[in-house]
Amino acid sequence: MSFKKRGMNDRRQNLWGWILISPLVMGLTLWVVFPMGLSIFTSMTRWDMISKPEFVGFQNYIEIFTKDELFLKSIRNTVYFTLLSVPMQMLVALMGALLLNSSINGKGVFRTIFYLPSLIPIVVSSIMWLWMYNHQYGLINFFLNNLGLDKVKWIDSTEMVIPSLSIMNIWNIGNVIVIFLAGLQGIPDDLMEAVEIDGGNSWHKFHFVILPLLSPIILYNMIVSLIKCLQLFVEPYIMTNGGPVNSSLSFVLHIYNNAFKYGKMGMANAMAWVLFILTMFISLIIFKTSDQWTYYEGDKK
Amino acid sequence: MKKAKISKYFFIYTMLGIGSTISLIPLLWLIRCSFMSTEDMFKLPLILVPKSLNLQNYVDVFTMVPFARFYLNTIVIVLINIIGALISNLSIAYGLARIDFRGRKLMFSLSIGTLMLPAYVQLIPLFLEWNFIGGINTWLPLTVPAFFGNAFFIFMLYQFLRTIPRDYDEAAFMDGANYPAIIVKVILPLAKPAMAVVAIFQFMFTWNDFMAPLLFLNDTKLFTLAIGLRTFISTFYTPWGVLMAAATLTVLPLILLFFMAQKYFVSGLTMGGIKG
Repeated sequence: MSFKKRGMNDRRQNLWGWILISPLVMGLTLWVVFPMGLSIFTSMTRWDMISKPEFVGFQNYIEIFTKDELFLKSIRNTVYFTLLSVPMQMLVALMGALLLNSSINGKGVFRTIFYLPSLIPIVVSSIMWLWMYNHQYGLINFFLNNLGLDKVKWIDSTEMVIPSLSIMNIWNIGNVIVIFLAGLQGIPDDLMEAVEIDGGNSWHKFHFVILPLLSPIILYNMIVSLIKCLQLFVEPYIMTNGGPVNSSLSFVLHIYNNAFKYGKMGMANAMAWVLFILTMFISLIIFKTSDQWTYYEGDKK
Repeated sequence: MKKAKISKYFFIYTMLGIGSTISLIPLLWLIRCSFMSTEDMFKLPLILVPKSLNLQNYVDVFTMVPFARFYLNTIVIVLINIIGALISNLSIAYGLARIDFRGRKLMFSLSIGTLMLPAYVQLIPLFLEWNFIGGINTWLPLTVPAFFGNAFFIFMLYQFLRTIPRDYDEAAFMDGANYPAIIVKVILPLAKPAMAVVAIFQFMFTWNDFMAPLLFLNDTKLFTLAIGLRTFISTFYTPWGVLMAAATLTVLPLILLFFMAQKYFVSGLTMGGIKG
């Protein structure tokens, strides 16, 4: 093959490569770069979308933390929800996956049933649980009552509303279970047998084989569910509208209200950036500390 | 030894039974409510199973709000999205996975990087952008983006395309085919299972999407099912039975799809999760 011919080939390949990925290039420009730039600019203005935007520099960012008490409250609510939800989700999903991975009859049926809630659109599950949580006519309080317990004001009380949303989120855990399950199936049998030969029990298997080999998947699921939890919006928007007394006002709901209810576009954008930085920061901490507890077979160490 | 084994199985089945009950009860409760009149729903003590199948709610769904319209809208938007997703993601993933061009690695990383970008940071700026272009209260913001690729699908197809030997492309190349022809004639037939996963997940994403229609649509005639459900809820009066019937009808196609294409759901979820 002559040099000239190869050179032509390379140029042709370069051209075709860029042609085929051109939707990606346009997509990144139109839906990422441009809106992000617009958002940074808007976050430094005072703008109600009717009159002209007025440039105010970092004023919005300062006001978020100094003047807007609801903003801090919404951070608190969202972080509380996340801290409650993520560990519980990991624990329940891991337990579910372990159960579904055992060699029993009918596990296909069980797997299907455990996955079903994940199919339900978030709007539908919000409406469904809104009715399940109903103080008087809800099914959950009906059960509690029949067990001789007091009725609980699930989403109608300031203390219980976040835990209620959290419980509802755990119900919807099929996706995470499926990913854990696939991970479990990737663990070679001989490792398990080795533990058995050494006289180990189920706990030893879990502690010395399953947990280390599954740790990268735990990390993945943790990050995904963390990002999801920090974006809590639809459930409080439909079920409580942030109430009672703003105790389920989530970060994103507050941003939405600012932008589309109060017409504070600049403020809302500034908040979105603060949330973005917060999310990145938390993810980074998890990634950094994960070196301590994740195990990759390829690593030398 | 044997006794221990039996008690172990007993434990597993009990736990699975409890888990299944918790998974199913809200769904069954939804269906139960959809067959009850509002008065019966507000009776104490609760009537657990309706005495007769009351179909009135399912009739009212279509007369109280333009529910058939919402259904049709959703189907049209979903189909456009699926077409867009299939074309754009295969093209992009092919370019990234099988052509050695300059800048390939950078573009791949940029694409994957957008996976880390939370949707809400873009929401308001996207709204401003569409407002500027004049796309508010049209289906453009709900359909056009599907034609520009999605990082999750690109990554999934990328992984899949890397498993196909490159000799196939080269053989077709020798026969004088160009890249679009190779993609359509050689790759597409081999990539059918992966494309099915893309189509099914795009179906799910679009069918369930709440945020985009909420932001971009005000005209009830244009509504999708996800936000159409909200039109039943009002501060003064919410017809719960009808709402539950509407919710059941919204979920039904998803459940049917799941039972028809179960294996694709699992492969789609794990491709993103495990290999990542």
